[in-house]
This record gives sequence, C-alpha cells and structure tokens, in this order.
Amino acid sequence: MDLGKDKMLEMYRMMTRIRLFEAQVRDLATANEIPGFVHVSIGEEASATGVCAALRATDRITSTHRGHGHLIAKGGRLDRMMAEIFGKRTGYCKGKGGSMHIVDFSLGILGANGIVGGGIPLATGSALAAVIAQRDEVTACFFGDGASNEGTFHESLNLAAVWKLPVIYVCENNGFGEFTPMRTVTSVTDIAVRAQAYGIPGVIIDGNDVLEVYRCASEAIARTRAGEGPTLIECKTYRWEGHVVGEQAFLGKASYRSETEVAEWRARCPLIRFEKFAAESGKINAAELKQIREETGAELEAAVKFARESPLPDPAEVTEDVYSG
Amino acid sequence: MPTTFIQAINQALSEEMERDPLTFVMGEDVVLSAFGATKGLIDKFGPRRVRNTPIAEAGFVGAAVGAAMAGTRPICEVEFASFFYCAMDQVCNQAAKLRYMSGGQARMPITFRCVYGAMGGAAAQHSETVYAQFLSVPGIKLVVPSNPSDMKGLLKSAIRDDNPVIVFEHGALGGQREEIPAGDHLVPLGQAAVKRAGEHVTVVAIGAMVPRTLRVADKLAKEDVSVEVIDPRTLVPLDEAAILASVEKTNRAVVVDEGHWRGGAAADIAAIIGEKAFDFLDGPVRRVTTLDVPIPFSPPLEKAALANEAKIEAAIRAAVGR
Repeated sequence: MDLGKDKMLEMYRMMTRIRLFEAQVRDLATANEIPGFVHVSIGEEASATGVCAALRATDRITSTHRGHGHLIAKGGRLDRMMAEIFGKRTGYCKGKGGSMHIVDFSLGILGANGIVGGGIPLATGSALAAVIAQRDEVTACFFGDGASNEGTFHESLNLAAVWKLPVIYVCENNGFGEFTPMRTVTSVTDIAVRAQAYGIPGVIIDGNDVLEVYRCASEAIARTRAGEGPTLIECKTYRWEGHVVGEQAFLGKASYRSETEVAEWRARCPLIRFEKFAAESGKINAAELKQIREETGAELEAAVKFARESPLPDPAEVTEDVYSG
Repeated sequence: MPTTFIQAINQALSEEMERDPLTFVMGEDVVLSAFGATKGLIDKFGPRRVRNTPIAEAGFVGAAVGAAMAGTRPICEVEFASFFYCAMDQVCNQAAKLRYMSGGQARMPITFRCVYGAMGGAAAQHSETVYAQFLSVPGIKLVVPSNPSDMKGLLKSAIRDDNPVIVFEHGALGGQREEIPAGDHLVPLGQAAVKRAGEHVTVVAIGAMVPRTLRVADKLAKEDVSVEVIDPRTLVPLDEAAILASVEKTNRAVVVDEGHWRGGAAADIAAIIGEKAFDFLDGPVRRVTTLDVPIPFSPPLEKAALANEAKIEAAIRAAVGR
C-alpha cells in the first residue's frame, strides 16, 4: 500500500497530539489539578492512530478507560476533551463523564468506557444498527488484553461472526490488566488465536508500527464493509506509564514490572519509529515533522488554557440529562 | 373481540414495527416465540428485523444498547426476567448511565421485554420479580402492565420512548383477555390508573397483583369495606400524585407486590407514602409481598412464599380494623 505524503503527515500529527495530550494529562493529574482517576496511553499511539486513519468520518468507534488516544484519533477536540477531564461545563459531557466517559456522537465516538469489556457489545450493536438501517458504516472496537478475558468479548465475537456484522475488533495487548501481567491470567499468549473459536480471522501485528496498523486495519475494514464479517486484530504494544496516574500511592514500593522491560519498550517508541521511516523514505523532511510538533504544542497549550478558564458546572445541572424528553 | 395479554403484545410490536422502519426485534427464540408474543413477526418483517440471538444475555443486551446508541430502535426480549442478572453491566452501567455520562448526547430508545413472576412450579430462577433491582438505578424506566389493554398501550409508548424501558410481563397474565380500545391505543408512562374507587383504604397493587386485589376488593365490598385500588402501571416514572391523593382521601394504605418485602417496590412506595402523606395516615402502611425467600419449586411451598388473595385480604382487614 503506497501511502500519500498527506496521509502520513496526518498520522504523525495524530500520534503527536495523543502523546502530548497524554503527557499533559499525566502532569496535571500528578499536580492534582484534575479530579478522579486518569489512565494514559503513552506508548500506544500507533494502534489508535492507524485504525482511525483507516475509518471514514461516518464510521464509529468504541473505546476504553484508556481512551483519550482513540478519541483524539477519531477527531476529538483537545480543548473540549481537556475541559471534560477538568470537570468543566464546556467539556464534551458538561463535566458529567470525565476522563473515562468522553463521548462525541457527531464524530462517531460512542464513548470511552469505565467497564473493562463494557464497550465490546456496544460496538457490536453499533454494527448491527448499520445493518438494520442499511447504512454503509463500520464500527471499530478498541479494548485491551484484559477485556479479552471478559464474557462480553466472547459473546460479542460470536454474535458478530454469526450475523457477519460490519465491525472490527482491535485488541491493544499492552501486557497488563491493571497491575497484573497478562500472561499470569490469560490462557493464551496471543489474543488473536481466540478468533479461531468464532470462525473469524485473527491477525497479530506490531502495534507500535502505525503503517502496519493502518494497512492491516484497512484490509479488515474493507473486508467487513463488503459483508464478510469481523476480524480480530491484536496490536502488540506496551503501556509506558502505570495503569493509573499516581498508582505509586496504591502500590507503595511494590512493582509489577522491571525497569529493563520498560526501557526496552520505550526504545520501540511509535513516534521515533515513524520519524526514522520518514527520514528513510525521503518524502518527508525533519522540518515538516518539527513543524507538526510545534503546532500541536500550541494547540495543546490553548486546550489547557481553555479548560482552566472554563466555568465549572452549576450544581443545579445535577439532575439534568438523566432521561430524554 | 376480546384480546389476550399475549395478543396485545403481538399487536403492539407489529404496529410499532410497521410505523418505524428502524425498530426491530431481537432476543431468545423470537422467531418461533415460546410464549407467542413475537409470533408471526418474521413473516411480516423478515429476518433482518426479527433476530434470534444466542443465549448470551450480556452480549445481545449490550448489542441492543449499542444499536440504540447508533440510531435504531431495538426491542430486545430477555426471555425470563431473572436472565437480566447475566446482563446487569449492560443494563445498569451502560444503558442507564450513558445519556447522563455523555452530558445528554446519547439517546437510548430501547425497549426490553421479559416475563416475570411465579406461574407455577418454575422455581427460583424462572419465577422472580426483579424490577426492584432496577428501581435504584436512575436512567431506566420500568413498566408493569396488569391487563391486556394497558399491556398494549404501555408497550407502544415504551417503544416510542427515547429512554431505556424495561417492560415486565407477568407469566400468569398471558391468557387474560378483554376488549382493547381500537386504533392507535397509547397509554402514557407515568400515569396510574384508579382501578376501583373506594373510601376506606387505598391499595396500591402492581402487575399481576392488580386482578387479585380487585377480587379481594369485590369480596370485601359485600361487608361494606370500600377499597380503592390504584395500579401505578409504571414504577419509573411513578405517579406519586395519584397515590398520595388517594391516601389523603382514605387515610389508610396497603401496598401489594409480588416482589420481596425488603428493598422491593412495595417498600419503596410505602416509604413514599410514609414520608409524604404521614399527616393523613390513621395507621401504618402495610405491605403484602412475597416472603424473603427464593421462589420455591414444590406447589405448597410456592403458595406459602407468594403474596396471595388471603394475605391481601388479611392486610386490608388489619388496615381498616375489620
């Protein structure tokens, strides 16, 4: 697949936006400037970016508790996301959802989700809606290795396979469910083999290679759009940061992984990898990448300013939005 | 021609599916239809809109929720109400909360249907009255029809509602028949029905307890005990005004429900009466419910566990001192 330069730069911009946004959120949470739990996806930018770059604006996604990256990659605005994470009135959910529940239906973002495996049936249903309404729309379902042990994963893959629904399942295998190494609680080494149980293709890819993710997702999307049913894509990746920002407060001195392991994965940074590829391709020069980083930095700065200066919700709003109509 | 409870469901489904091409039916055995409620829909609407699901409640209930979020109007059948336990996350964490969590962005036009209640020897996992489990989850509406006419009108309203609505259909009401109003018969959610006017005591009866309470009221009328029977028809939203107005008139209240005594719909309604109509009450609000045991299998045990006409009569007599 020969990618145009614009598409490649767009993907680099998305990965940069995710990286800088997540680092900023981590720092703000550490400084106690935002309430609640936040889970950041630094190191996992390529899977979100590569999949969403292969989707159309009318396609939909479901996401997870570690969902900022997916939302950004599907077109989420940094300022309204940041305002939501700050609990402000101007946030995507008027401050009622927070980091784990950001939604923008107009962009096909059916939401991050605080329940592991909770979004998998929703994505399946979103694909069912396309069949019922006879609309050409695909849904991409993001989840982690931990969710692949949930019943909803298995029930959903079976249902989507039986009904040949237009959905792709994207497992970001980052090696850990909270603080528990995946290998200690999962019966298989590769999540993708679970696809066999449901008679659908399962593919293992390097989740830190945005171009490979894009190629693989494009194929699976084309296949499911053609009515041939779902694919399970397993993106091997790694969570550089902890499960939750500030987890040392829970863990104390205990640790669940080695510094060597973290360092090895940091060396496989999706952004640096893309920068090397860009340099070797001869199509993109370093100045163009630098410009993207600077522009994104300015966008993020404006987003934080917007969030900080936005009003908090009025307590009178607490009873609004429970029911429609 | 009289219509049965089951036929009323079938008519409501058929009419609403004709009205809106984005409605569809999914669930366990909806094609052949074990109880007959969805019978024949496959012939009218075809396999795209009438879908048998695997017996995998979390998966298909969640898929219905996702389909509602993505702009369709699913009608999802969970065969027996206690099967909802297998799908609690999708109902309580997803369907109920997503509108609120998204700051009002999500629209959840989804109707769940299920059979609840004891119908004779079905034992604990196929006889339970489970709506109380959803009463304390804001974001869901709860509908409990007591007769064919309300069944049809409430279900049609539920399908048109843009919120998650669970419709509880009592298994023992299936064969009940009556004339149903012709035309596009709608019963609004949140409007109680005064099933019988009376002076001495208010009995709030829910679902299948309504016809039983009416029989007891008929019997007591012969002794000049005048019973007012209120059928709330929907537990969420609850027509508090109708219940309180009745209690203010009669000054006595009994709540009759097939759910359990602790934490049930009867406890909830009794607390509302106690808190909001205290000054009008001449005595304690009494509850007639199923005992706090799982529903047993053997007929004498089942009978002993359930709310029944003898227990309803005893509670009314205690309330009015007769």
